[in-house]
Amino acid sequence: MRGPGFLESIEAACPGAVVGSQLEALDPWIEIAPSRLADVCRWLKTAGEPRFDALECITAVDWFEPDAKKAAKVSWQPHLELVYHLWSTPARASLVLKVNLPRWSGDVAGHLPELPSVTGVWRTADWHEREVYDLSGVVFTGHPDLRRILCPEDWVGHPLRKDYEMPLEYHGIRAR
Amino acid sequence: MSNLIDDDPRIIEFDVRTDEMLVNMGPQHPSTHGVLRLVLRTDGEIVSETEPHIGYLHRCAEKIGENVTPRQWIPYTDRLDYLAAMNMNLGWALTVEKLMRHGVGEKARHLRVLIAELNRIASHLVGMGAYGLDLGTFSPFLYAFREREKILDLFEEACGARLTYSYLTVGGATADLPPGWLQKCEAFLDQFEPIIKEYHALLTTNAIFVKRTAGVGVLSREMAIDYGCSGPVLRGSGVDQDMRRDGESLYTGMYDGYTFEVAVQKDGRYPRDHTYPSVPKEAVLGDCWHRFFVRMLEVVQSMDLVRQSIDRYAACREPLGEPLKLAEKLPVGDAYLETEAPKGQMGFYIVGNGTPIPWRVRARSSSFSNLSVTHELCRGCLIADVPAIVGSLDIVMGEIDR
Repeated sequence: MRGPGFLESIEAACPGAVVGSQLEALDPWIEIAPSRLADVCRWLKTAGEPRFDALECITAVDWFEPDAKKAAKVSWQPHLELVYHLWSTPARASLVLKVNLPRWSGDVAGHLPELPSVTGVWRTADWHEREVYDLSGVVFTGHPDLRRILCPEDWVGHPLRKDYEMPLEYHGIRAR
Repeated sequence: MSNLIDDDPRIIEFDVRTDEMLVNMGPQHPSTHGVLRLVLRTDGEIVSETEPHIGYLHRCAEKIGENVTPRQWIPYTDRLDYLAAMNMNLGWALTVEKLMRHGVGEKARHLRVLIAELNRIASHLVGMGAYGLDLGTFSPFLYAFREREKILDLFEEACGARLTYSYLTVGGATADLPPGWLQKCEAFLDQFEPIIKEYHALLTTNAIFVKRTAGVGVLSREMAIDYGCSGPVLRGSGVDQDMRRDGESLYTGMYDGYTFEVAVQKDGRYPRDHTYPSVPKEAVLGDCWHRFFVRMLEVVQSMDLVRQSIDRYAACREPLGEPLKLAEKLPVGDAYLETEAPKGQMGFYIVGNGTPIPWRVRARSSSFSNLSVTHELCRGCLIADVPAIVGSLDIVMGEIDR
């Protein structure tokens, strides 16, 4: 079902949205342009065949090597990769969407990258996006209530970034 | 009809609106199953808004996973859902095996089914006993823990630990079962089987229990899917989905040759191959009672699977085989796998980059999604129903906060 025909049907419904795919991978995935993510997700949930009515997981992978020696050897450019694992209850099938984002918006350190929220498509995205924002630092535009979920409200930084450094202390508690 | 309206406390309450009050439940509230804090906006006895605050048990499990090898991360998976540590070990082990394209032998496969299903019984017993506590009855808790204790004794004999086992691991299990273990396990099952009737008498058919749970916290099928609910919460809403049957072939292959029926209400009835009490007429599909009942059915179903696996495991003559080395190099690529843990679908995601240490580790926990539906279920309910609703979701904070 995730053959080339499926890819073309997404392309027909949302032209220009698919920017890459790897159908031979362990979990075949489709890469979506960041600005079109919400459109594609809405189509996948309401009109696509099969209907992907459940969002299982959103993961942000930080592709950044803090060690300069190792960084010279890697084959990729630093970026953030968001992985969406979808599930279709009627067809009992899964689908993986990937979105590539710059690590910082406009390459200015500290400016978090932005991505359209999919809370309007699957309500479970609410908490998952809050977690990604909290731990990996991605701002989801259109999210109704984007704030930290696991870390305390006054926590600084996004711990799952590869260049994150633990603070020396937090409210008088030694942290490292 | 007028009688019905007079009897409904909610309608009377709304007639006399009082000042709104914010009530903090938790994080040290006994009926919130760990360190969960609920902020309730109340109007008299009616809850108009519920806001769960989580993160009190956050231990950076995913960050730790980026600094240790997959086998070294096994003890951390124990501490996700600590009531079903074997199932957590299994989910992570299978995910790593998927990435490494490594299969396990027949004996390890049957051992895994045996151990995972036994742990499912233990987990559901805690869920059932603690749910009784939430609703104000103490004795079912003691009856449940009496039997769970025997399962823990069996696990202790197999791996030395009573709660955080680290037993099932990448490439098989850390050790084979000791001699005589299977007989003890069978003796436990024989002794346990008639006791399930007691549980049904204590809770399932108890008039007070039915009054507190039937028709309370009704979760519709659509909402359950939309909020990513899984496990007994999803099946309690009538969605016929169980990863042991519908999941990826790598996982369903583990249950090849096993027969079991998914515990879900189909055409108004539950599978009838055992003697269960009938559904009370006050119960609505998707309410707290159904979620509880699905768990009770799964206890019987798991007992059946344990019996099947004992025979198959005993028939395997070959040795169990060694698990993978502690620091085996991971291939470049990523893998995601969902398994059916007692609380719901537990997903693990791993990204490998050619070194023994994964680049990224992710745990998608069922309780996280199951809890996120609370504010919908608690809208307009009575304060006393909040523990009943949260308890019926059977959450474990360990896997929510990770």
